[in-house]
Amino acid sequence: MSMTFFIPQDTTALALGSDSVALTITSELKERGLEGEIIRNGSRGMFWLEPLLEVEIDGSRLGFGPVKPSDVPGILESLNSHDKNTKPGNHPLFLGKVDQIDYLARQQRLTFSRAGVGDPLCIENYQRLSGFVGLTHAIKLKSQEIVDQIKDSGLRGRGGAAFPAGIKWQTVLDTAGEQKYIVCNADEGDSGTFADRLLMEADPYQLIEGMAIAGLAVGANQGYIYLRSEYPVAHKILNQAIERATEAGFLGENICSSGNDFFLEVRLGAGAYICGEETSLLESLEGKRGMVRAKPPLPAIEGLFGKPTVVNNVLTLGAVATILEQGSKTYKDFGMGRSRGTLAVQLAGNVKRGGVIELAFGVTLREVVEGFGCGTYSGRPIRAIQMGGPLGAFLPESQWDTPLDYESFAAIKAMIGHGGIVVFDDTVDMAAQARFAMEFCAVESCGKCTPCRIGATRGVEVIDRIVQNQDRDNNLILLTDLCDTMELGSLCAMGGMTPFPVRSALTYFTEDFGGESPREN
Amino acid sequence: MDKSANIDQLIEQFKTLPGGLLPLLRAVKHAVGYIPDESVPQIAKGFNLSRAEVHGVISFYHDFNTSPGGQHCVQICRAEACQSMGSRQIEAHAKKSLGIEYGETTKDGKVTLQPVYCLGNCACSPSIRINDDIHARVSAASFDQLMSELCSPVTNDVGAKK
Repeated sequence: MSMTFFIPQDTTALALGSDSVALTITSELKERGLEGEIIRNGSRGMFWLEPLLEVEIDGSRLGFGPVKPSDVPGILESLNSHDKNTKPGNHPLFLGKVDQIDYLARQQRLTFSRAGVGDPLCIENYQRLSGFVGLTHAIKLKSQEIVDQIKDSGLRGRGGAAFPAGIKWQTVLDTAGEQKYIVCNADEGDSGTFADRLLMEADPYQLIEGMAIAGLAVGANQGYIYLRSEYPVAHKILNQAIERATEAGFLGENICSSGNDFFLEVRLGAGAYICGEETSLLESLEGKRGMVRAKPPLPAIEGLFGKPTVVNNVLTLGAVATILEQGSKTYKDFGMGRSRGTLAVQLAGNVKRGGVIELAFGVTLREVVEGFGCGTYSGRPIRAIQMGGPLGAFLPESQWDTPLDYESFAAIKAMIGHGGIVVFDDTVDMAAQARFAMEFCAVESCGKCTPCRIGATRGVEVIDRIVQNQDRDNNLILLTDLCDTMELGSLCAMGGMTPFPVRSALTYFTEDFGGESPREN
Repeated sequence: MDKSANIDQLIEQFKTLPGGLLPLLRAVKHAVGYIPDESVPQIAKGFNLSRAEVHGVISFYHDFNTSPGGQHCVQICRAEACQSMGSRQIEAHAKKSLGIEYGETTKDGKVTLQPVYCLGNCACSPSIRINDDIHARVSAASFDQLMSELCSPVTNDVGAKK
C-alpha cells in the first residue's frame, strides 16, 4: 500500500514542531522498511490541530492531530494494522477525512480552497487545482474588461479600509503614464491576523496570479510585494515561488506569450507597524522613513516614485485570481449588503480552536467565536473580543451578534479591518489594554502629525492618572477630549483609530478603570 | 575583508536599485550584524543623500540596530493576541531570568532581548522568535528550555535548530 504523508511547513506548524514530526516519520518509515512519500504542504489553517499530519491512502486524506514526534510510531502502526481494534479510526488523534472535519467543511473557501492541499511551490499542483486559469482568462480580455469584472464583483479592499478595488484600479487605468506599479501590501501587522501569511505560505502562486492580472488590468509591468520582516518563512516561499513562476513564463517578459511583461520582486520591511498604511508603505518602498503622506494626491495617481500605483492587500489580490477564474457573479453571490464575497476571519488569542475561517460576509461574530472557536483556551468565560487589530474596538457580549459586514461594524463604532478576532477571557484588565493601545500608538506613530505623535503619549499618562484615581472626573473629560482630537485631527488611521479600543474599553468595561461609580456614557 | 570595504561593495550593488536604501541597510545588517555609525557618511555618499537622511531612515525602523547585538536575537511578541495568553508574564519572566531589559544583551554576549509586535502566529500564542525560528505556546518553562538549548555548546551557531 503506497502512502503519502503531508506535514505542513507554514510558520505555525513549524512553531509547533512540524519539522521534528517530519524527521520522525522519515526515520520510522526507514526503520520499518515501509515506502512512503513525504510532502511538506501548506497549512489548512486549522491551527489548533497543528501539526496536522495527513495521510493519503487510496485517494482519501486521513488526518491526525495535533501530532508530536512520539505519536508517530503509533500512527504508523495503526495505518498498517489489519486488526480492526487498532485501525487508524481507533487512534486517539484520528480526525477522519480531512475535508470532512467540521471546522473545514463548514467554511466557504474561495481564496483558501487550495491552502494545505499540496506543496505550495509545485506549479503543476497549482494548475491542477485551477491555478492560472484566471490569468489565462485575463489575457484574452481588454484592460477595461478586467477592471469591469473587478467592479462587478463588488470586491472591497481586504486590508481594512474596504475601499472598492475596481474603482481604485479604474483610477490607475485612467491615469496616463508610461510606468505604473502594482504594490501588494503584505505588511500584515495587526495582532490576531495571519491570513495573508497563510496565503503566501500555503498558496503563493495565487497572489502572484492576482498581481499579474492587476498588471494587465492597469498597464503596469512592475510589481512589488512589501512583506514584513517578521515573516521569514513567507519570505523564503515567496522568493522561490517568484523564481519558479518566472521560469514557467507566468512572470517576467511576455507573460504567457501575451506580449505583456510583468516583473515581481519582494521587498522586506524593517519592523514598523505604520508601514502597513499605504502611503507610509510607499515611502518605505522608496527607501525612506515610513512617513505617512497627505492625500490627495491618491497613490492611484501619484504613488510609488510618483507614478500611478495600485496598492492592494494580499487577500484582495488573491480574490482577484478567483474572480477572473470563476466570474464576478459567482463571487458577488456570496456576502451581504455592500460586503460581497468571502471574508477570511482569523480567530486568535485566548481561543480553543484558532485558525483561518473563510466565510461569506454576514455571519455573526458569536457564530464564529462560539461555533468555530468553541470558547477560550483557558476554559474561562470570554469577556471581551477585539476585532480588527490594535486599532479595533473591544466588544462586550452585547455586541457579539453583530453580523460580519463592514457597514454593520461601522455602525457600532467598530471595524472588521483585516478580519482578525482576538478573544480575551475574564482575567483581562481592560484598563491595561486601553493603556496598551495608546502605548502602541506612541511606539509606532510615524510622528508626522501631532495628534498621533503627542496624543498617544499623553493618552498613556491620562489613563494612568484615571486608574490611580487622580482627579478622576477631569481626567475622564480630558481623555474623551484627547480621543476626539486624535480621531478628528490625525492624518491616518493610526492616530485616528487608536481611540476606538480606548473608548470602547472605557465605555463597556468601566469597572476596570478604578473609581467608585461606573461612568455614565 | 574589512568592514568599510565590504559596505562599499554592498553600496555599489544596491545604489542603482529603485528604493535601494532599505535593501542595502538589510544587507549591511546581515553582513556586519548591525549598522555601524561610521558607515553613515559612506552610505550617504553612495546614495547621494545627506547623512541626516540616512540616519533618519536607520533610526525610523526597529530592525536597524546601530550597535552589535548578542549571538542570538530573542524577540517576545507584545501584541494583543499574545497578551490574551499571558505574554506579559513571559515578558517579565524573560527579563528576570536573563537579567536584562529589552534592547540589552546578556553579559556572556549570547542573547539580545527585543520586543516585537506580532509574529503572525496568533492562533497559538504566546509566541517568541529566536533568530529566524518562531515558537508557539511558550510558557516560562519552555522559555527556559529554549534558552538552555541556545546556550548549550552543540547548538551555538546562529539559526541552529534543536
